[in-house]
Amino acid sequence: MYSLDWSSIPGAIPYLWEGMIRTLEITAVAVIAGMLIGTILAVCRLSRNVALSTLAAAYVTCFRSVPLVMVLLWFYLLVPDLVKRIVGNPSLDIRLLSAFVAFSLFEASYYAEIIRAGIQSVSKGQVSAGLALGMTSGETMRLIILPQAFRRMIPLLLTQAIILFQDTSLVYVMGLADFFGVAYNTGNRDGTLVELILFAGFVYLVICFVASTLVRNLQKKIA
Amino acid sequence: MISIKNVSKWYGDFHVLNDCSTEVTKGEVVVVCGPSGSGKSTLIKCVNGLEGFQKGQIVVDGASVGDKKTNLSKLRSRVGMVFQHFELFPHLSVMQNLTIAQCRVLKRGQGEAAEKALKLLEVVGLKAHAQKFPAQLSGGQQQRVAIARALAMDPIAMLFDEPTSALDPEMIKEVLDVMVNLAQAGMTMMVVTHEMGFAREVANRVIFMDNGQIVEDRPKVDFFRTPGTDRAQQFLSKILSHSAQA
Repeated sequence: MYSLDWSSIPGAIPYLWEGMIRTLEITAVAVIAGMLIGTILAVCRLSRNVALSTLAAAYVTCFRSVPLVMVLLWFYLLVPDLVKRIVGNPSLDIRLLSAFVAFSLFEASYYAEIIRAGIQSVSKGQVSAGLALGMTSGETMRLIILPQAFRRMIPLLLTQAIILFQDTSLVYVMGLADFFGVAYNTGNRDGTLVELILFAGFVYLVICFVASTLVRNLQKKIA
Repeated sequence: MISIKNVSKWYGDFHVLNDCSTEVTKGEVVVVCGPSGSGKSTLIKCVNGLEGFQKGQIVVDGASVGDKKTNLSKLRSRVGMVFQHFELFPHLSVMQNLTIAQCRVLKRGQGEAAEKALKLLEVVGLKAHAQKFPAQLSGGQQQRVAIARALAMDPIAMLFDEPTSALDPEMIKEVLDVMVNLAQAGMTMMVVTHEMGFAREVANRVIFMDNGQIVEDRPKVDFFRTPGTDRAQQFLSKILSHSAQA
């Protein structure tokens, strides 16, 4: 039977910590940028302007119809090459930037759908009330509808962020050292891959379990 | 003040408003009644452009509502509207509900807006509730806040869309009292309601609608004494006998 050897973990903690910071960085950037772009997409999709709503719908459908890992690979293989051709600097490493952009664009399509549902859950009468007071439709959306929609969506948005936190491990296809990447590399180097991956899995489990519990409590408080 | 000329509106094949014409002059209180589905709410929503219409013309204080060149937001900021379901903003306090449009639309300063808000809350008897949120108030209180919110914009006219139909019976009076005071203070009002007591007390004219048409449009006294049409007669006897039982 395979005997487990945990000895390489304590020495790797500083690197694992750095990896975790990177994981959190990517998660934070993708959540914030994804929500911003997602809000714009959702508003466009609900717009009466056919061109805008069609474009937004096409964007959402495309990104939701391809695996995340493929989007990451496209950005890894195509975008740096493109940038190098434009900027002409062959030593430029934009893998992290590519990851930020890829995750943000991909997550935006998921956030867009959550936010659209949230906006639609606010009654039409609220729009009428805003308009009747002389606000423009933009002001009504920003000051009346979105604040109510976001309040209702918080649990869903956070749940999506937890899923994203796990999905960031896919940056290993770009050779980026996030938490999972560091664990994988360390294990590979020391011949303790099984232990390192078990350990990494345990850390993901604990963090996500705690976060989900917090979200559930929050949900109860809101409801 | 409000002039409605030959207005028609269709939802697909359904003729919601059929050649409606009437007028509300300054200081006049006009009650619009009729069976449900008769188009009375749609008509009042056309007055401030919340609903569009395909034919005819509505002019409010010189501005044509259906005209694309008209700044609808500006027009709406001058016409108060009160809704059946109150439509207070639940994420804002009572105070913020009254100040947000004053600040945003009329560009009033926070202090001036708050002062105005408190004054109006006092008028509707809810000054003590300024810091509460809508969900903490009863239906009648919410509707009174909604009236104060509309008044905070210093409107030239007020539109009421069934302001008491979503209220429990014991709360109807407190809202009607506020509306009666408003009418007696000279506010121009167009009120969609089934409250014939209110109509008898303060209305100048009563409009009766059926199937998207204005069937009767007559001074209050005439309307109640001798409704000109069978349809209005039936309607009146139904709701009056009902309220007599209650």
